[in-house]
Amino acid sequence: MQVRLYSRFAGRHRGEFALELSQFLAAITPFNIALALFGVVAGTVVGSIPGLTATMALAVLVPVTFSMEPASALILLGAIYTGAIYGGAYAAILLNTPGTPSAIATTFDGYPMAKRGDGDLAVAIACFASVFGGLVGALSLLLLAPPLSKVALAFGPVEYFWLSIFGLSLIASLSNGNLVKGLTGGAFGMLLSTVGVAEISADIRLTFGSQTMIGGFGVVGALIGLYCIPVLIDLVAVPDRHLKVEENVKSVRIGDAFRLTLRSKFNLIRSSVIGTLVGILPGAGGSVAGLVAYSEAKRTAKPDQNFGEGEPDGIMATESANSATVGGGFIPTLVLGIPGTPPDAIVLGALLVQGVRTGPAMFTQSGSIVYTFIYGLLIATILMLPAGLLIGRYAYKSIVTIPKAVLVPAVGFMTIIGTFSIRNSVSDVIIMLCLGVFGWVVARFGFAASPIVLGLILGPIAEQGFVQGWTIGAATNNLFGMFFGRPISQGILLFTLITLVLPLYLARKKRKAAMEAK
Amino acid sequence: MLRRTILKTAAAIALAANMGNVVGAELAGSVNYIIPFGPGGESDISARFQQPFFKEKFKQDLVISYQPGGGGAVGWASLNGLSGNGQTIMGVNLPHIVIKPAQKDVGFTTADLNTFYMFHYTPDAIVVTADSPYQTLDDLIADAKANPGEVTMSGSGKASANHLAQIKFDKLAGILTTYVPFKGTGAAVTALLGKQTKAEWGYTTVGAKQGDAVRMLAVAMDERHPLFPDVPTFKELGYDMTGGAYRGIALPNTADAATTRMWSDMIGEINSDEAFRQQMLDGGFAMLDVGIDDMADFMAARVEEYLDDARKAGLIK
Repeated sequence: MQVRLYSRFAGRHRGEFALELSQFLAAITPFNIALALFGVVAGTVVGSIPGLTATMALAVLVPVTFSMEPASALILLGAIYTGAIYGGAYAAILLNTPGTPSAIATTFDGYPMAKRGDGDLAVAIACFASVFGGLVGALSLLLLAPPLSKVALAFGPVEYFWLSIFGLSLIASLSNGNLVKGLTGGAFGMLLSTVGVAEISADIRLTFGSQTMIGGFGVVGALIGLYCIPVLIDLVAVPDRHLKVEENVKSVRIGDAFRLTLRSKFNLIRSSVIGTLVGILPGAGGSVAGLVAYSEAKRTAKPDQNFGEGEPDGIMATESANSATVGGGFIPTLVLGIPGTPPDAIVLGALLVQGVRTGPAMFTQSGSIVYTFIYGLLIATILMLPAGLLIGRYAYKSIVTIPKAVLVPAVGFMTIIGTFSIRNSVSDVIIMLCLGVFGWVVARFGFAASPIVLGLILGPIAEQGFVQGWTIGAATNNLFGMFFGRPISQGILLFTLITLVLPLYLARKKRKAAMEAK
Repeated sequence: MLRRTILKTAAAIALAANMGNVVGAELAGSVNYIIPFGPGGESDISARFQQPFFKEKFKQDLVISYQPGGGGAVGWASLNGLSGNGQTIMGVNLPHIVIKPAQKDVGFTTADLNTFYMFHYTPDAIVVTADSPYQTLDDLIADAKANPGEVTMSGSGKASANHLAQIKFDKLAGILTTYVPFKGTGAAVTALLGKQTKAEWGYTTVGAKQGDAVRMLAVAMDERHPLFPDVPTFKELGYDMTGGAYRGIALPNTADAATTRMWSDMIGEINSDEAFRQQMLDGGFAMLDVGIDDMADFMAARVEEYLDDARKAGLIK
């Protein structure tokens, strides 16, 4: 309450409270609630289909919102965005394919859960975690936006560099016992990320003169190829059912899911805070937030938890973190006029067309629209609970009951359409299929898809941060101080070292204890 | 002025002639407007501004989609493979479409692109934070002279409008600054606001968006921008520098003359709408009205200028 008073009402008079109420009432008109519900449902469906992204759905819908009140338009766009981030979990859990990059870490435990017959439980847990994370993100936006926006500015090139190195350190903890193979995969992914026109230096690299490669390896296409195609090949290669189904399917396991989620409240809170903070950083996004939260959950795991083999806490960490990035991402968008993610950028564009001035002056000049929007986002997040549980149940049932002969061609068709639709490029489809077959082959030799994708996503962030940090450091004759002297960098570096060294230390201690017991 | 009037009259006659002979081109439904970048940049924002005016004037939807990749190259290389029936258009940017093909084979050349209208530009500007010690351009120049290379300036991309402006201004002022390329204007502004760099090579749009948080030291226009009457032009301060990033629209080169003409007229009509112009100016943009008839001259002049600048800067051979 203290913070709330400080951040929202410092220096304003009491009339603001009445305004506050009126903004809340403006948000809950039946029309706006209907828009929020529609947005959440549409977003969830779009997000669940690999290749169709929140960015695409928003881009198409923006003109529809021109005829609406600015606040209603924003509520619709915000609801679609929130829904899409949650929808990405379905494909991650049921098909081992992240529907959006944000859901990468959801596959780690979601798919193993689905395989052993707990898919419905996993979907329900994802829904609870998403709603929780979404609420934390949206409340942070409502109560703490101006002070939190400083996080975006405190992060310079070097901090992004270390953050990506921290993300890459996850490879060590992901590749249980297969560190060399994990690192090889990560390095390969980073190499792939350098193909095409370099983002900041504009050099054309490693295309071998081919036009196909100029656009490089897109993350979404790579996700579809590396995750989904191997699953499809396996489905065809083995006679078993896709997912194990219990004889008597308890169609609703909402109670179980709720109890499990409640038990892990600390994990949820930590992951949501991580998600909000990472969301504030422009250029990081939901995939990095999910991975960092997953890594932290795994690092602090209890001895009886088996991350990577169907641990509900893994899903909770990822899903709460990536949903929290929605509210978090709007913080720099609204306060600084700097979009945190591509969907934020579209919302920013829609605002401009509506005549709303974004940037530092927005909270004071267009405050009523902004606050009505934030309340709308909160309402949309709450509506995600019933909508998400219902859609999740339906999605689970249909994926489980559809015979393999229908499922495989349907999903196969979807992967191609999805990849093509990213930028109407046949090259992308060819690259996706090649990566898919490649992923299946190397998986036979113990190379997992995740380190490759991690390298692909984090490689450019690391490269840009390094080049920019080096340029600035060299110009000011302070290279060492640039990379090692800044407090936030030191903090991230410390966490990276802990993540890397702690598992080795614990394993050694365990071995020692076992030896002594003998 | 006279030349323009003559050209316009000629255009009108040509249009009338076209209408007579060919059955005038017509839109057959909603139009796919491809932006070869991600959302949120100046290309996207200006296209979003056009959207409602297009719908109002021509009763069809302008559907914007994004095809980022290769700094725009992926989109432009694919343009001429798309249908030229007038239902698909794509944003084009200068200096990108000149510099990229000059650097390497990127699957298109400047001449390949059927650019039919250049509708605005974002003038180059040096931006600093509100609390920066640089009150005027002279302060920045003095610091750069005292500490060569230590004045860091963020900007969007390399071999881009910002980068060319930095190289050009360094030469004009006889100073040495360090250019730090970022991924897009948004990231470059974030770096400036976070004081990662001392200044930013940006556009007037940055000043419009960031308001009181930043101060522009000078803008590369012939006259001051109406939104910033207090910000001097480089010319006033004695540096012969005008220009920025120019944006327009192209059709696939299979589009016939009537379709191209129709599009040039339509975008021209939006561009002459006072409400549209005002919205663009409020956003910090500067208007440009180069239709199909003036395009060849305009492009030729730009190509020469950019290639010359880039060659001097060592960005191309």
